Amino acid sequence: MMVPSHNNIIPKSFLLVAFVLLFTGLSFGLIGALQYVMPGILKDGFSFQKVRPLHVSSVVFWIIFGAIGTVLTYLQEHGTAKNYSHSLLKLQFVIFVITVAAILISYLTGNFGGREYWEFPPYLAIPLIAGWLLFLINFIRSVSSFKNQPVYFWMWLTGIFFFLFTFLESYLWIFPFFAENIIKDMTIQWKSYGSMVGSWNMLIYGSGIFLMDKISGSKDYSKSKMAFGLYFLGLFNLMFNWGHHIYTLPTAAFVKYISYAVSMTELFIFGKIIYDWKSSITTAQKYFNRQSYMFMVAADAWVFLTLSLAICMSVPAINLYTHGTHITVAHTMGATIGINSMLLFAFASDILTAPSSKFIRIWFWIINISLFVFWISLIIAGVYKSIWQMSAVQQPFGNMMRGLHPFFVIFFISGIVLATGLVAVSVLMIKRSFVRATASRNDLIANVQ
Amino acid sequence: MNKGKIIWLMVILFLSYTAFLYASLPSDSGIISTSVYSGKQIWQKNNCGSCHQVYGLGGYLGPDLTNVYSTKGETVIRSLVQYGTSVMPSFKLDEKDLNDLVMYLKSVDASGKSDPRSFKINYDGSISQ
Repeated sequence: MMVPSHNNIIPKSFLLVAFVLLFTGLSFGLIGALQYVMPGILKDGFSFQKVRPLHVSSVVFWIIFGAIGTVLTYLQEHGTAKNYSHSLLKLQFVIFVITVAAILISYLTGNFGGREYWEFPPYLAIPLIAGWLLFLINFIRSVSSFKNQPVYFWMWLTGIFFFLFTFLESYLWIFPFFAENIIKDMTIQWKSYGSMVGSWNMLIYGSGIFLMDKISGSKDYSKSKMAFGLYFLGLFNLMFNWGHHIYTLPTAAFVKYISYAVSMTELFIFGKIIYDWKSSITTAQKYFNRQSYMFMVAADAWVFLTLSLAICMSVPAINLYTHGTHITVAHTMGATIGINSMLLFAFASDILTAPSSKFIRIWFWIINISLFVFWISLIIAGVYKSIWQMSAVQQPFGNMMRGLHPFFVIFFISGIVLATGLVAVSVLMIKRSFVRATASRNDLIANVQ
Repeated sequence: MNKGKIIWLMVILFLSYTAFLYASLPSDSGIISTSVYSGKQIWQKNNCGSCHQVYGLGGYLGPDLTNVYSTKGETVIRSLVQYGTSVMPSFKLDEKDLNDLVMYLKSVDASGKSDPRSFKINYDGSISQ
């Protein structure tokens, strides 16, 4: 279903702001990486204490803004957005933009709430909750029927609901009942974070299935039993596998056993990827010339790599070695850049109707190769830290970090190439989309005249 | 069973699990001191977690501080916080805030051990301490 362009201004604006946040996140990410290569640089004026939250929050909001813009656009294309309120949408956009700007300013001025991911003062969470509620209300009121909906519709709905739930849950620490015991506080904190990542993945993966339907021109898969089976498996993991973050925390043992068992169900997804390997390659060859599909293929490859790592890290005996090391960072980078960002580029290419470009294809390969080098350097640094953590006679922490220096240099250099590629693709997409929109408008005016 | 019912069933299971978890986690009601609570606020307001870890969770630029109280001692903590290092800035906290932060780190230290060498690997791939 085609969407009138005036109805798509706010969803597209979400995407454009997402790109600005990506640029911000990349800039602070590079400054942070430099602080690993040159320890102590900027420590008094612009220390890592400020740089890390600026990087993390910008990147998290790149994913969230991108996911919102995509879901809002595809919801209209799906044809259920008849009662959609554009005033609510505008209000949500204004609230989100102002709040994110306030969050970044709070970091720059050293005003912290100090919690992982959400390091801003807690009062700034209130407008985010209000904005997300508007998103949920708009989604629900736009639906005429819940019957016979494809899998991506349920993924969007559960993604929006669970993000709200887990975001609220991550703020329980403001109540003394939850904050008074460090173990209780950390258990609930990581319960909420683990599920929260799963909830934004629901929004993004659901949009991926929508786009695949759109490219193939068939809804067979999104209404199939297999698609729903995998969705229920994903939802089950979102709800119960978060405990693999806290295997070494002295919390309730049942949390760890349940998470271990539930995480192993991901082996089914892993097996399916291998089983479908041949047909996936055939499909990839068929559609690879389409720019949006090209990014989806890259995301698939990163799903394979990241899932392999995630399953290993979900076995407590292996997690004992990887926990607290850069292997965890590699996993996060693989998921946020390799999977989430590649899919967001696929959606942006489709929604902004950015024409295919030779330069985007060249940068596509540069991005993926540099990301692989970046990812491997983190894994090797993680292995070295793991050996240090487990050694009977432990060198001082500073000596261990000096030993990791060569890997941090590779991580920094590949990071520069990666960031350049991500910015180049974003700018080319936005620019070509504007050129195309202007040309279409001029054609329309010429025809009218 | 239709899809809507499966989702509702899963949501009910999730909420029940959440409620059970909240009820079964340890509580310090009436025991925790104001000083420890303020120390935790100081930790958060200074965003110590961006560089340091507690139980392996947090930043990677500095060391894990779960058991720093028992391994390095109070004097070293005070000195590092006040004067910094070649990598860490000096925080120059006032005496009360510094005392509270030390009390918080003492309380974290008493909650358990984070050193991975202190764990035993079991035959089923799980770990225990």
